[in-house]
Amino acid sequence: MVKNIMIVGVGGQGSLLASKLLGHLLLSEGYDVKVSEVHGMSQRGGSVVTYVRFGEKVYSPIIDKGQADFIVSFEKLEAARYVEYLKEGGRIVTNIQEIDPMPVITGAATYPGDVLEKLEQLGISVDAMDCLSLANEAGSSKAVNIVLMGRLSKYFDIPVEKWEKAIRECVPAKFLELNLKAFALGRN
Amino acid sequence: MKELMLGNKAFARGLYEAGCSVVSSYPGTPSTEVTEEAAKYDEIYCEWAPNEKVAMEVAFGASLAGKRAFCGMKHVGLNVAADPLYTAAYTGVNGGLVICVADDPGMHSSQNEQDSRHHAIASKVPMLEPSDSAEALEFAKLAFEMSEEFDTPVIMKMCTRVAHSQSVVETSERVLPDTKKYEKNIAKYVMMPGNAIKRHPYVEERTRKLIAYASDCPFNRVEMADKSLGIITSSTSYQYAKEVFGDKASILKLGMVNPLPTKLILDFAAAVDKLVIIEELDPIIENHCKSLGLEVTGKDVLPLEGEYSPNLIAQKLGVSVAPFKKLEEALPGRPPVMCAGCPHRGLFYTLSKNKCTVLGDIGCYTLGAVAPLSAMEMTLCMGASISSIHGFNKALGEESEGKTVAVIGDSTFVHSGMTGLANIAYNQSNSTVIILDNSITGMTGHQQNPTTGYNIKGDPAGKIDLESLVRAMGIERVVVVDPYDLEQCDRVLKEELAAKEPSVIISRRPCALLKYVKHNKPLKCNSEKCVGCKSCMKLGCPALAMKDGKACVDATLCVGCGVCQQLCKFSALESQE
Repeated sequence: MVKNIMIVGVGGQGSLLASKLLGHLLLSEGYDVKVSEVHGMSQRGGSVVTYVRFGEKVYSPIIDKGQADFIVSFEKLEAARYVEYLKEGGRIVTNIQEIDPMPVITGAATYPGDVLEKLEQLGISVDAMDCLSLANEAGSSKAVNIVLMGRLSKYFDIPVEKWEKAIRECVPAKFLELNLKAFALGRN
Repeated sequence: MKELMLGNKAFARGLYEAGCSVVSSYPGTPSTEVTEEAAKYDEIYCEWAPNEKVAMEVAFGASLAGKRAFCGMKHVGLNVAADPLYTAAYTGVNGGLVICVADDPGMHSSQNEQDSRHHAIASKVPMLEPSDSAEALEFAKLAFEMSEEFDTPVIMKMCTRVAHSQSVVETSERVLPDTKKYEKNIAKYVMMPGNAIKRHPYVEERTRKLIAYASDCPFNRVEMADKSLGIITSSTSYQYAKEVFGDKASILKLGMVNPLPTKLILDFAAAVDKLVIIEELDPIIENHCKSLGLEVTGKDVLPLEGEYSPNLIAQKLGVSVAPFKKLEEALPGRPPVMCAGCPHRGLFYTLSKNKCTVLGDIGCYTLGAVAPLSAMEMTLCMGASISSIHGFNKALGEESEGKTVAVIGDSTFVHSGMTGLANIAYNQSNSTVIILDNSITGMTGHQQNPTTGYNIKGDPAGKIDLESLVRAMGIERVVVVDPYDLEQCDRVLKEELAAKEPSVIISRRPCALLKYVKHNKPLKCNSEKCVGCKSCMKLGCPALAMKDGKACVDATLCVGCGVCQQLCKFSALESQE
């Protein structure tokens, strides 16, 4: 049985560290793992997607519509953008931060502030939290990614020590304490 | 040891383990990390070359000298390097020569969706195509052996999903082969007509041997299961086919896509009831099968355009897909944008304000075409801005000369803008060329180039001085501006457009994302001063938004570049101490 996690957000928000952490953790748990990423500076500020798939044997590196067990979103609008990828009974774990995309900045469109409520009206489980505040509390606005991983970890049957070990192996030593704090804040 | 590895990194690991000694490449998404990762091995000499043609010729030279060599590029880069490739196919190699070409179906970061297999066929060079990281590593090693055994360059084709996906690999130690002695061999290596005529039959004979080899090689395999459906496929399409059909179909999985294994295909076709070809982009395997007289399903149901996916394959071939929920309302799109503090923004604002006709080029600055700046009207290929403005101005004369500019980045200028500028200097068009010098190759993720003064390892290196170069080429009007200074940009642009001779403006400021660039504190909008005139919004800066009729600065994005302050007549955008 293959499980699918989509990590979505705005280019530059740090999704690569989140997928690195998940890949590292799941491989050490003995799963076959594939992670598909978006690279290149040209993606900065744009909508970006990372796919993480794990199970006994994984073929496709990408996740298709109706397949994601989890959508982990760094930004509110992006959580809604990829909802079609969520499988029946899947869950959205999202930061409630709003980042205006260019069509909103130029006035060509408005930001749909109530989009999470609309997702819930469709019967979708949405776990929303203010990750930016928690990241700042941990010591850096850049730790939003690890706050989200902390939240996601609640839904996995993997001991917290294993997650912390993966963080230790994936982040530079000087940011370790900050990231462990961010993880704990997200998880609790 | 088992580890999760990016496809491109696994490729680089394969180069290392195979004893590759020289690597020369030009960056291009999605190929860049092969060379970046190879550069982390001290045993391999690695460099960024000015363009792909140079890179391939460097690698060829190292092969000629007897070492295993590599060059990497994206699909369109192989067009630039096609000249040496097509004749290296004739000379063959001494040390193994492996070329990476990375296609980009779906155009995540490219200007077209060309299928590189055509180059392999046309140049008569074998092409391998891995479907995951483990194969990228293994194939890279085998490619060198194949190159030496068959005396040919070998192309390894990656695609975005293989290059930029991580999957599990097992690594082993580096084995350095003996250097093959370089021996003078004019008949083999001097491709003048009398010699080349004798090499061409060798190439055809080699292809016949490779076709036979392809039916019994480590790259192609048959996975027999249900025989009612047979699928011939390669690369990620193989992974998607496995995902969709599992054991409900037999698969001929091709890892060598040129030449194709005629006998293996015929045997497989005979063993299954129905044959389906699943390949992204052009129907190359399909047409080969048809030329063998086989009846196949392929592009009659599957698209020629874009990336494939498991659902797409399932739906086109009559397999049901999982249900999903959707929002009824249309959400605002989120296209990539120039970063907050991007030095290109001030320059493009100036071009937009002056209603210039802007002929553009390939780089982050192609985003100058996006609203609200919308200040780029043409982008074709690397270097085309400069060559095209010459043609544009020769065609229209004074009608266009005073309002048309070419814009090109520093790396792109060295790649293939210099020759276009030589043409302007030589054939004298009254053209204005703007070099956007941000001191790095930005779009592909910060690679050094010949104008930055550093090499691939970040060590000090030779540095081309752009002003001296441009003057030496015969352009007498050369002006440097700071794109953060809007008044200066506007004045210089007007002066150079008015000048009755060729001119070059160098817009110089390092990329705002470079680690050594110091940022100011984020600006703050004083809502008592802001009248909501939206002048600052003309910049299209992601750090600026309108909230409740007033400008609002996103402190997590703003780097305090101050360009927007110059547009605010009410001094509402304030610097913070």
